[in-house]
Amino acid sequence: MSLQITQLLLSAQSADGRVRSAAEETLKQFQEQNLPHFLLSLSVELADDLKPPESRRLAGIILKNSLDAKDALRKADLTQQWVNVDASLKVQIKESLLLTLRSPVSEASQTASQVIAKVASIEIPRREWPDLIGRLLANMTQPDTPATLRQATLETLGYVCEEISPQDLEQQEVNAVLTAVVQGMSGVQESYKVRLAAVRSLYNALDFAQTNFENEMERNYIMKIVCETAVSEESEIRQAAFECLVSIASIYYEILGPYMEALFSLTANAVKGDEESVALQAVEFWSSICDMEIQIQDEYDGDDVRSSEGYHNFIQRALSMLVPMLLETLLKQEEDQDQDDSIWNLSMAGGTCLGLVAKTVCDEILPLVMPFVEGNITKPDWRSREAATFAFGSILEGPSIEKLLPMVHAGLDFLLNAMNDQNSQVKDTTAWTLGRIFEILHSSNCEYQVVTPSNLQRIISVLLEGIRDAPNVADKVCGAIYFLAQGYEDAESDSSILTPYLGQIISALLWTTDRTDVSSSKLRSSAYETLNEIVRCSQIPETTNMIAQLLGEIMNRLGRNVELQILCSEEKEKQSDLQASLCGVLQVIIQKLCTSDDTKLIFLQAADQLMALFLRVFACQSSTVHEEAMLAIGAFAYATGQEFVKYLPEFYKYLEMGLQNYEEYQVCSISVGVVGDICRAVDDKILPYCDGIMTNLLKNLSNSMLHRSVKAPLFSCFGDIALAIGENFEKYVPYVMPMLQGAAELCANLDDNDEEMLEYGNQLRRGIFEAYSGILQGFKTSKAELMMPFANHLLQFTEAVFIESNRDDAVTKAAVAVIGDLADTLGPSIKILLKNANFHVNFLGECFSSEDDQLKETALWTQGMIGRVLAS
Amino acid sequence: MAPHELRRPFKRPAISDQQRRRDLALIRQTQQRSDSQNRARRLASSLFDLPSHSFPDACQADFPDNVDVGYAIALEQSPELEASSPTVRHLDFVQASKLKGSAARHWFARQLMLTEWMIDVPPNLDRDWYVFARPAGKRCFVVSSNGSTVSRLRNGSVLHHFPSSLPNGARTKEISAPSHVYCILDCIFHEPDQTYYVIDMVCWRGYSLYDCSAEFRFFWLNSKLSETGACNPPSTYHRYRFSVVPIYDCNRIGLHKAYTGGFAFVKDGLLFYNRHAHYQTGNTPLALVWKDELCSQYVLDTDSEGHVPAEQQVVLELQDDGKLTTSDDPPILFGCLEKEIIQKAGNFLRFSVIDECVRIVDGKLELGDLKFVGKANRARAFADSYSKVFFQYTARHSPLQFQDLIASLDPNLDENSESNDMEMID
Repeated sequence: MSLQITQLLLSAQSADGRVRSAAEETLKQFQEQNLPHFLLSLSVELADDLKPPESRRLAGIILKNSLDAKDALRKADLTQQWVNVDASLKVQIKESLLLTLRSPVSEASQTASQVIAKVASIEIPRREWPDLIGRLLANMTQPDTPATLRQATLETLGYVCEEISPQDLEQQEVNAVLTAVVQGMSGVQESYKVRLAAVRSLYNALDFAQTNFENEMERNYIMKIVCETAVSEESEIRQAAFECLVSIASIYYEILGPYMEALFSLTANAVKGDEESVALQAVEFWSSICDMEIQIQDEYDGDDVRSSEGYHNFIQRALSMLVPMLLETLLKQEEDQDQDDSIWNLSMAGGTCLGLVAKTVCDEILPLVMPFVEGNITKPDWRSREAATFAFGSILEGPSIEKLLPMVHAGLDFLLNAMNDQNSQVKDTTAWTLGRIFEILHSSNCEYQVVTPSNLQRIISVLLEGIRDAPNVADKVCGAIYFLAQGYEDAESDSSILTPYLGQIISALLWTTDRTDVSSSKLRSSAYETLNEIVRCSQIPETTNMIAQLLGEIMNRLGRNVELQILCSEEKEKQSDLQASLCGVLQVIIQKLCTSDDTKLIFLQAADQLMALFLRVFACQSSTVHEEAMLAIGAFAYATGQEFVKYLPEFYKYLEMGLQNYEEYQVCSISVGVVGDICRAVDDKILPYCDGIMTNLLKNLSNSMLHRSVKAPLFSCFGDIALAIGENFEKYVPYVMPMLQGAAELCANLDDNDEEMLEYGNQLRRGIFEAYSGILQGFKTSKAELMMPFANHLLQFTEAVFIESNRDDAVTKAAVAVIGDLADTLGPSIKILLKNANFHVNFLGECFSSEDDQLKETALWTQGMIGRVLAS
Repeated sequence: MAPHELRRPFKRPAISDQQRRRDLALIRQTQQRSDSQNRARRLASSLFDLPSHSFPDACQADFPDNVDVGYAIALEQSPELEASSPTVRHLDFVQASKLKGSAARHWFARQLMLTEWMIDVPPNLDRDWYVFARPAGKRCFVVSSNGSTVSRLRNGSVLHHFPSSLPNGARTKEISAPSHVYCILDCIFHEPDQTYYVIDMVCWRGYSLYDCSAEFRFFWLNSKLSETGACNPPSTYHRYRFSVVPIYDCNRIGLHKAYTGGFAFVKDGLLFYNRHAHYQTGNTPLALVWKDELCSQYVLDTDSEGHVPAEQQVVLELQDDGKLTTSDDPPILFGCLEKEIIQKAGNFLRFSVIDECVRIVDGKLELGDLKFVGKANRARAFADSYSKVFFQYTARHSPLQFQDLIASLDPNLDENSESNDMEMID
């Protein structure tokens, strides 16, 4: 068998597709027939130094994938599978893995260390591999262990720490691990690779060192070693040491005080003179400190944070040295960095950190940065001008608007002129800075106005000129226009000072979408997205004609686009990107037109034609397009109301496709939302389609492959359907109710230490309540008694949610409403239940003391409903 | 370690309009779901809320008889309701929402909760009741909706039509309440300071409080009214000031405060509300009025000239069969009209009580022979209630005195014990 598996593993990597898939198939059969032996033979293969490295590596990868998966449910299955494997086989496998660490073939030992970590992630929390840490540490303490084994062992310790959580290890074990790691870092006689492995595993072990960091002596020792490592000879080791410091900054912020001086000079030297990879981490150290201080400030929320014990004011205290250091980095731009949005270099990191410092210390940043801005912005060297502009743009978020406004007013004209700079990077950063000014400081409702009737015309003309500049500059200009328009979004008057310019702006944006000198589609989609914001922020009715015209233009464009017959895949992708953008604009226009009855007519006149276009778009395969078109249909259904019935026969198949598209969960999620929109639009006219829709919704609920964020909306959707079709929902009750009850149980068992799970739990609870509400209200007039068997469960679930400390406001609202719905629908028949479940008294009391008027009103209604039942 | 993922796009224009479109779509859907569920809920609370009243023939509108005012207004303002709710389609909303003139008067005349007069002290006065001074003035319903406020007297006729700071009570830009929002307040208009004293809250921002206990209604009234600015001095968009009346637990201290305390308004007796009682249209024994000379200028009924007639007078309704009844439900019979007096059934007639004929049998008042005086004032919408006739009779002979109220309080009950927890049970 051993020969056979070696061959299979090699064939599975063959260049010949047929050979490969045949081998894969056989491996799969082997795995399915006898998993424990399959795993054992893989581990034997991995351990065998006589086997080729290629088969050993694949053996390791398959082992790893048999223990862990990204998807949580799959992972749970795999865990269970491993747990079920016969104990003696597991011991053999683990021995093989530990043995492999000794292999001189680094591919084998490295793979083994990862597999060991995966086994550890299952077994250590269950206390089923108690001697693992001891066995690994023995490798480090025994004399004469070869460097390769020491390296592999340290790496394994690192991976294991990454997989498990601090409470899984005894403090003794932690101490021993830290000792081994720190010795590995500092051992003079250790090889470069061992020391690197040691620093990297320290990075993963930091989380475990809570107790050690609380002890001053141990802490001093660890910090000393890390700081020494940060000036090692090898840059890779220095980088890894700085990565440890970054992590220490966020885990152990509160104990950093005594080390800050040393850390400042360490980071300052690295920023000034070290290789970029190291310097970037040194800047990141300060960014992390900023993150911490901003987070603590947020927690204090306006109270005097500086007097609090947990806040050390590191940034403010280092300010006078830190800011000049960061400003220096801004001058280290790369040529052509403006051509690449995702570039990450020292000047980007420095600007980012400067922005965080501004957020941390607010006004105090200004006197330190403004002289740099003023001193450099007129220099002949483009780097100075760009750095000055970037510095100014970076510090706009944090300082008070009162302090910033005079500076912005004084500098705005300069910036507008700089849009004609001869250097493209300066123009790029200038346009970005203008965008930041509008984004952060410009709002029509604000007491302080950045954009005034007197400078608006100049701003617009500069922007409209800039949009014709190089694509990267034009892209930033789109951003500036986007935020300029957004500032007028909440304008209270019926008329906006932007309106006279909208015609020009819209044509410039449309012109931009047609540019042919652009390689990527980024500029085009930025221009369309800016167009969306223009439409959203425009004032109806004064812009009605313009929007009506735009509707026509976009429909024409989409019409031309869907006619194109394209075979080349690259062109095809461009075509669907464009369709997605156009559908996005249509969605926004539909929603805008439907804000008033007069303008709604414009939409209604175009509705048939629009639907025809959307149906053509749905016929295309791309998921982004489906998502955008689906979003547009939601707005469309809401706008057409009952009329939507006539589109259902043709549209339904695409709705079904959307509901079935669990792989692209965004599409699925939006389709579920659209079902709700249609229910509200056509009421019980949706009945003929309900069997199909319900089947898909129920399938989705049981589909473990579907992203969990769609599950809660699925429940809400049951409520939408029930409310629309009333008593006709009866036939779905046997399917839906167990799902609701199961989900309610699941909510009780979610891990409440995990923030994501908490949020998921809240979404789920709200979805369940919305489902019950819809069903209860739907059955009220004729089938109320159908819900009687579920009343007690619902009350119990509501009570459990009431007690739940992590319940959010939306859940509270839905929960209190559902009690009212229950009382409203079932009336006197649940009098005794309600009397027994008197948690509602406290629950309503809580709601009445809330600040939220809507919640209070809902609670009031519920109280009325309960009162009526109890008085009956 | 890779650079911080969140930090990378620092200089990228921060547009993610697609996510924004998703978010906005979600917000719209959530809002609409909540709207349509609330619509289902509001229908629920209105359809079988109110006791039915039959409309007399005089009312020309062919109008369903069990629609509450909030409902009628909600209908007026949400035309889509008709389309979206099959369950209520059979009701003729259009007519309901367009009630005008006499039909509206007739209908509103039946919406107030009417106090009975206190003939004897109810048990557990201190535990179950509130007491407060009744401002002297015209009892009325105040409805704010659709940008205006209307007050209607007990007989349903309009007292004022005015702008107010109540939700949707004036057409101003600042107050942008959703159009379905309306409020109904039970008030007394006090002439001397031109103020509406709110004594009860019936609907607030579209939500019916009919089914809520007095305890809750008063709590809500006190916490909500001032938030709107309705208690502010008059201004262009707020012609009359609204004010709340201090409400006390009916213990020794509360009773004294209400009875002897000084108020901004002229007092006209004391009102007693049972804290557990819901707002019930028509006469109810769970809300009582009591007066004596000290706390009211109007203990004894006056005639149209403002004089107290020598003999007690009562107004009774003439039934088809000649019987004379009170306004109670069911009506109490107080006699029959003599054959020689020709009057139309349904009219309200005024009689003098002949003291010698009055008898109290098993605690029940019997008036015996009555002397016909004439037709009652045309503005009358009701006959007198039994409790009023009884109270007026005892007031003239052996009045229920303040000491009697005090004496009824349980001396063992600690007056400071605030059993004010929100109770909703029975």
